[in-house]
Amino acid sequence: MNELKAKPIYLDYQATTPTDPRVVDAMLPYFTEKFGNPHSRNHSFGWEAEDAVEVARGQVAKVIGASAKEVIFTSGATESNNLALKGVMKFYGKKKPHLITVVTEHKCVLDSARHLEQEGYKVTYLGVKDNGLIDLEELKAAITDETALVSVMGVNNEIGVIQPLKEIGAICRERKVFFHTDCAQAVGKIDLDVEDMNIDLMSISAHKLYGPKGVGALFVRRRPRVRVIAQITGGGQERGMRSGTLPTPLLVGFGKACDILSNEMAEENARITELRDYTLKKFRDRLADIYLNGDEEARVSGNLNVSFAYVEGESLQMDIKNIAVSSGSACTSASLEPSYVLRALGVDEELAHTSLRIGIGRYTTKEELDEAIESISVAVERLRDMSPLWEMAQEGIDIKSIEWAEH
Amino acid sequence: MAYSEKLIDHYENPRNVGSMDKNETFVGTGLVGAPACGDVMKLQIKVTPEGIIEDAKFKTFGCGSAIASSSLITEWVKGKSLDEAGSIKNSQIAAELALPPVKIHCSILAEDAIKAAISDYKTKNGQGEVEAAE
Repeated sequence: MNELKAKPIYLDYQATTPTDPRVVDAMLPYFTEKFGNPHSRNHSFGWEAEDAVEVARGQVAKVIGASAKEVIFTSGATESNNLALKGVMKFYGKKKPHLITVVTEHKCVLDSARHLEQEGYKVTYLGVKDNGLIDLEELKAAITDETALVSVMGVNNEIGVIQPLKEIGAICRERKVFFHTDCAQAVGKIDLDVEDMNIDLMSISAHKLYGPKGVGALFVRRRPRVRVIAQITGGGQERGMRSGTLPTPLLVGFGKACDILSNEMAEENARITELRDYTLKKFRDRLADIYLNGDEEARVSGNLNVSFAYVEGESLQMDIKNIAVSSGSACTSASLEPSYVLRALGVDEELAHTSLRIGIGRYTTKEELDEAIESISVAVERLRDMSPLWEMAQEGIDIKSIEWAEH
Repeated sequence: MAYSEKLIDHYENPRNVGSMDKNETFVGTGLVGAPACGDVMKLQIKVTPEGIIEDAKFKTFGCGSAIASSSLITEWVKGKSLDEAGSIKNSQIAAELALPPVKIHCSILAEDAIKAAISDYKTKNGQGEVEAAE
């Protein structure tokens, strides 16, 4: 950049969150004076680091209602999801080669499932209703005697909908099938209790909850015991499920971030919900033809995924350079396909091309949202004036009645 | 993705946005692309009895590159004969705007749009079809 510009407004909290300064403060000593290897048994450097790691393990466990011994540290939710799916299927797969997951899962779950399929495992991909939630009857019907694992995410990364985890857990427990849930977007946003919800495995990511990047965890239930085949082998750390020296500073930060959530989550989510509802109302008051993607009620506080009909998402993003948001539109990536999540909801392809994901979080202010609402609205109005589809809609022409040449 | 200054200028200050009456005989209209693909371009030309394009207007639903491509082509075709306008190639548009490879389809759409507009004009005025864009 050749000139200094005001920092854009960050409204992409589902992509990542800034590390809370309190978290950074907690981490710093573990880079320098407390640098020991937590696996060193013979001196105080190691013991000091090990103590810190175990405190962090307890803090992470507490926020999901688990016991510390059930928390396996990993490099992040992608690794946790790989370990959960591949680890469980490879342990139990001889007798039970069937896995059930959902079409709107994160790519790392879907891709792990694809790899398992290539190795001969059977996978059922459940669809979702138009509000983004799974149909519990469909889940019940999909479970067979060969099913080892059901993997359903807690909160969707694109549309923020909350799956009925407690109901899914009850079904899985009754049918004696393990239940894994990717809660990268859920921890700190909704109340989670692995006991109450009968969750057997849960993936967590630190950088989605104001912790550092590069660290996460997999909760693995001890009673009844869940076995996984390690995907990374070596020194046998983390009860043999994940080898490698633990990154003490990252874990201290992860733990501190969870500790903050345990104390502040309820208050924080109430504030963010208020901001979200305010934003949606302002958009609805100002602009016609906007649609909220995903269920309006079963939805986390910080997510607004909105389609601004007749305006293509990437051009909208180009127009709002002062705001960092994510687009469900195709053209931001090399592929020209619109979001597979929105398509799974049955959102029309033309509407899927017009969506923005607005992510509100810990440091978002009302003033920032006011500025964002104004810029987005002005951009939508400008681009609609330029849109042949908007023109047709105003003339009462149904764009579905036209025979388009798909290219 | 870093876009060229020309592209950003056409996106931020698009030339010739608007519509003409598509029922007029001296107006040719091209509507190409599809909403499901994220790109729809409407390009209209106003043609003199001598066969010169005296005005051009566009409306585009699409990414910034699509908007810039349509804006640029409306500038280029003004004052040209139908044959000259019909011989504009997408590669010229792509080069002028320095389109990245994933956006080449936007320039193809602009070429298709002008050809469709010329074809519509010729059909209306009994002059037959022009060849379709590749």
